[in-house]
Amino acid sequence: MRVNLLGHAVDQGVLLVLAVFVPFAGVMAGLAAGGAHARRIAWLTLFCGGCVVVAIAWIVTSSETPLGYSVGGWSPPLGVALRADGLSVCMMLMVAVVTVAVGVYASGDFGQGGKGESRSGLVFWLLLLAVWGSLNLVFVSRDIFTLYVALELLTFAGVPLVALDGRAETLQAALRYLLFALAGSMLYLLGVFLLYGAYETLDIVLLSARIDGQPETWAAIALMTSGMLAKTALFPLHLWLPPAHAGAPAPASALLSALVVKGSWFILVRLWIDAFLGVVSGPFVQLLAAMGAMAIVVGNLVAIRQQRLKLLIAYSTVAQIGYLFLLFPLAMSPQDSRQAIAGGLMQAISHATAKAAMFLSAGVLYGVLGHDRMADLRGAGQASPITILAFALAGASLIGLPPSGGFLAKWLLVSAALDTGQWWWVLLLLTGGLLTGIYVFMVVVRAMAPAAPDWTPQRRVPRCQQYAALGLAMCSFLLGLSALLPVDVAQIGRAPVHAIGGS
Amino acid sequence: MNATQFFGLTAAALVGLGLYGLIVNPQPLRKVLAFNLIGNGVFLTCAVIARRATGAGMPGDPVAHALLITAIVVSFAASSLAVWLMLRGLDESGASSLADDDSGDVSRNAEPGRCA
Repeated sequence: MRVNLLGHAVDQGVLLVLAVFVPFAGVMAGLAAGGAHARRIAWLTLFCGGCVVVAIAWIVTSSETPLGYSVGGWSPPLGVALRADGLSVCMMLMVAVVTVAVGVYASGDFGQGGKGESRSGLVFWLLLLAVWGSLNLVFVSRDIFTLYVALELLTFAGVPLVALDGRAETLQAALRYLLFALAGSMLYLLGVFLLYGAYETLDIVLLSARIDGQPETWAAIALMTSGMLAKTALFPLHLWLPPAHAGAPAPASALLSALVVKGSWFILVRLWIDAFLGVVSGPFVQLLAAMGAMAIVVGNLVAIRQQRLKLLIAYSTVAQIGYLFLLFPLAMSPQDSRQAIAGGLMQAISHATAKAAMFLSAGVLYGVLGHDRMADLRGAGQASPITILAFALAGASLIGLPPSGGFLAKWLLVSAALDTGQWWWVLLLLTGGLLTGIYVFMVVVRAMAPAAPDWTPQRRVPRCQQYAALGLAMCSFLLGLSALLPVDVAQIGRAPVHAIGGS
Repeated sequence: MNATQFFGLTAAALVGLGLYGLIVNPQPLRKVLAFNLIGNGVFLTCAVIARRATGAGMPGDPVAHALLITAIVVSFAASSLAVWLMLRGLDESGASSLADDDSGDVSRNAEPGRCA
């Protein structure tokens, strides 16, 4: 589609390039301008990039067709194509919202820029933009090699976020995370080469038409999937996640836990739902979901036993990642994949907003109390009631209470499971919600206990930080109302053969 | 055995050795070297695939070559980031093993209260 801009005919698809280009241009500008200006440049970039994302979302939802662009006018199989369908648009909007909220919070931490703070402040703002740009690239890529590049960019942006404060433990957590991530991306890359060798294309759309069950295809699927599982930290490959996510500063934890793990999950969805749909089936998707089930049970149980709030939230991420993988067996069923895909997408979005809100709340509580020991949270509710409200609302979304996004996600997954006769996943979803409830209530009840009589808060936390957490929690809590939207955004750009089926 | 099979098997052996080294060794430097070994195996696979184009009278498949160069650059950057993290860790703690606090068992690091 072409529009007229200042007398030139411009392809609307160029917006997809801008969604990736603007954040990285911001990184370069911030790097050149240095510490004092980094925050202003980051906000300018967030504003421009946000406008681009909203424009893409508007075009795709109003025309109900995916937006595509061939870079340099070369179309696949030789060129590199970008494409934004309904899934990409939802994820891009979510990432933009979370990034802006984390930016608001970080303005309190890294904004003033005292002498010692300015360097980690500069690095944080650049990495924030880099995470955002690489995630946008993940969402709009249409070929598996661009996905590899996006994934590596995401790793390089995520790993330094872990080690932002430069303590020995966090450096070690970052190194461990990096090694897991590198092993994962090498396996993925081997899969990419095998697929290119077998089918002579890297384009996902062409690949899905050509793919068949050759041995090298199976090898490639296995390699790419296990690589992505290591990066997404699905049980039992989750060992790197809790120290890395719990050790980072609060806004960095929020970015890592809410957004970065979703990048590699999204690639798996793209591969399994779009590229490999013709060949993967039965036992393999059940295996993926069984690992997700183990993640839900183990992650939740270990979370309940944690002594520190940030570790508790990190283990809760391990558990919530499990839900994301229930999408696969439900979406592969021959009847109707619509509910399952919408449910998985909703889970990704509601978890991202809720988990970012939780980590930001934990950051505020850390500021107020001076520690995050679970046994000693009392008084937090008095000192910062807004934060406890944010934590409780985010927790309600993770548990799945109506009208939260988590409720809608579980509702969709449960109905998809019942429709396809896979009742065992329903039991799992209900148990998971119950276990999540235990640790959310544990935190809220302890934080609401009255403070000791002579106790005073360690530090006044800026209002903007408390409202950033509350805003994200409200997003997550009210997300369930998106069921009332007139358009089924997730289905835009899905081939009708997956969409009509059994309805 | 023809050349393609030979290179393919070599690539598989490199990836296998690298994976073994990555999982078994607790020292980060060895892990980074093992990662590079996996990388070499993967790149060799790509080079073998690129070589198939010689059948069509071309010197090699340019698309595969482009992928290969990109991947080598990315993995070089990854290695240097890993080495930098290792050196910083060494400066901060004086220990160069990922296992100094948990004797090789990564999972024990995830015990409650051990890290925050």
